[in-house]
Amino acid sequence: MVKGKVIEGIPASPGIAIGIALKYEKLKPKVVKKELKEEEVSGEIERFLMAIERSKSELRKILTLAVEKLGSKGAEIFEAQILMLDDKTIINKIIERIKEEKLNAEFIIQDEIEKYIKFMQDSGDDYLKERAHDLEDLKNRVIRNIQQQKWLSRFDTSRIVVAENLTPADTILFSRNQVLGYATDLGGMTSHTAILARALKIPAVVGLKEATKSIKTGDLVILDGYKGILIINPEQDVVEEYQNKIKRIAEFERKLEDFKFVPAVTIDGRKITILANIEFPEEVNEALESGAEGVGLFRTEYIISNGTIPEEDEQFEEYLKVAEKVYPYKVVIRTFDVGGDKIFRDYHREENPFLGWRGIRIGLDKPEILLSQLRAILRASVKKNVWVMFPMVSSIDEVREAKKYIDMAKAQLKEKNIPFDENIKVGVMIETPSSALMAKEIAREVDFFSIGTNDLVQYTLAVDRGNETVAKIFQEFHPAVLRLIQFVVESAQRAKIPVSVCGEMAADPFATVLLVGFGLDELSVAPKMIPEIKRIIKTIKFKDAKRISKRALVFKTQDEVKNFLMKELKGIIPEIEI
Amino acid sequence: MIKKEVEIKNRTGLHTRPAAMLVKLASKFKSDFFIEKNGVEINGKSIIGVMSLAAEQGSKLVLRFEGEDEEEAAKAIVALFESGFGELDGLKNEENKDGQGQSH
Repeated sequence: MVKGKVIEGIPASPGIAIGIALKYEKLKPKVVKKELKEEEVSGEIERFLMAIERSKSELRKILTLAVEKLGSKGAEIFEAQILMLDDKTIINKIIERIKEEKLNAEFIIQDEIEKYIKFMQDSGDDYLKERAHDLEDLKNRVIRNIQQQKWLSRFDTSRIVVAENLTPADTILFSRNQVLGYATDLGGMTSHTAILARALKIPAVVGLKEATKSIKTGDLVILDGYKGILIINPEQDVVEEYQNKIKRIAEFERKLEDFKFVPAVTIDGRKITILANIEFPEEVNEALESGAEGVGLFRTEYIISNGTIPEEDEQFEEYLKVAEKVYPYKVVIRTFDVGGDKIFRDYHREENPFLGWRGIRIGLDKPEILLSQLRAILRASVKKNVWVMFPMVSSIDEVREAKKYIDMAKAQLKEKNIPFDENIKVGVMIETPSSALMAKEIAREVDFFSIGTNDLVQYTLAVDRGNETVAKIFQEFHPAVLRLIQFVVESAQRAKIPVSVCGEMAADPFATVLLVGFGLDELSVAPKMIPEIKRIIKTIKFKDAKRISKRALVFKTQDEVKNFLMKELKGIIPEIEI
Repeated sequence: MIKKEVEIKNRTGLHTRPAAMLVKLASKFKSDFFIEKNGVEINGKSIIGVMSLAAEQGSKLVLRFEGEDEEEAAKAIVALFESGFGELDGLKNEENKDGQGQSH
């Protein structure tokens, strides 16, 4: 055992955990064929039925948790599993076979369900192959319940869960326990574990590659979700250092409470509007409770489920829910920003989906999809607090064409006498280098800009941030990125249109100062980052921020930029080094 | 016994939601209900069975009903297939148009 071995991964969910590791491996239950005596048969059937009931109640719990955390769409997989457990035909068939063949329930279940799993696996259909996994999971769940085995996912004391990979079900299930953190070998920033861990506010490091190889259950580990590292069996002084860090962070967070509901105004009086990014309507409450002055980015992709886009009415209800909750603040609704493979999953495949058919490109090629979404958004705009935004724009033609569809959607609604906001604000995401470079011209065509730094960095640096191998050279402070942002802001200001940043960069304390200095009007961040961003803005002078961001533009590397910011901001933001 | 041939119209095929709708409806009738695809027959009242058929858009299925209320069952279930399980909307039609070269 190497004392204090450090493994580097990707910081997926912030926070620090110190605790005992629990290695989680999905073991398949062992099934042995066992003959039953006549008098054992009825007891065996009873065991089987009880296992079904137990499995159902477990899944209902997971479903409730999942709906709470993910919204109803994200929880569909668990609903499907519950439906499968209600399959009377198969349950009766299994009971019949236990009676006739006088064999143990586990064996019959295994034998009977395996046929269907094989069917699905052999189908060549991706969707069904996924469902085969669900059915396999379900089978194992029932068998384990028959064997009355202890669930690996249940533990009484607090633990850091270490696994090769975690499914959404695992992640949710573990969160019922005292899970201190998640560490996985696989996964990137956008993997299920990462997204869920952030939603659950549990620290996580993913993409550790060899965590399960280096860690044994019972090892003491430190999981640093800020830096994205895992320290195995650390020396005492390292533990103490981290314990102090945890204390400082807790204190710091208590202090932040005071900043939730105050406006973000710099010392010298420049007001920045702080908005929230949300993915599901359920998140609006959290956003408002964290002090958001509106929703700067409402991602609508969650609506698309298993390749099906709900009809206009259903979409309208979802958008209206958000618009009403946010009122009198505004919500910026972004049209679908997915790759074609997510909608046309039966036949659409691409070598390189991030450079392929996605975002507005799909909308323009499939106007019915775009129009029905635009009508739904327009209908939700009756209170005049809805803005609409197009993603993945790479040329001015696309902007003009997309705007035509807005007019068309308006005309269609008018024809039916359906009310909407005639003057709805129409904007675009600036997230490709080409749209950034053409910002001056595009600014004359739209009512607002929102800079999506995640994609802007990805496309400018040609780095896929979900790819573990290159995630480290995903540099938000790369001079090329900063210069593009500065140019976009300047172009927006010249055209007198508002400009915001809605990428994750806006939530980085260093970046906050830079972005304010560049002259951004609005920052849109994850709800829980809002108090911190407000605190930083209230600590600085706009004058200083302007000077710092101007200087930052002359550097040649990200390291130079960061060192400069570190030095400059130490005086301005004393608590920055947590 | 009644036999009916149907074609899957909805884009995503007999996935979870439509399969659940179908099984729920079929279970309301006393008659036995079987679905055959490419020579494989499954019980139409079993959601796992229906899902494992892997019936995608365009698949042809033979439905078989047997029992006292077979006529009502056949009528209701064929109608559900015809409706595309409530998934047929503008999107689907547009796709077909695109396929015929009216792509935008």
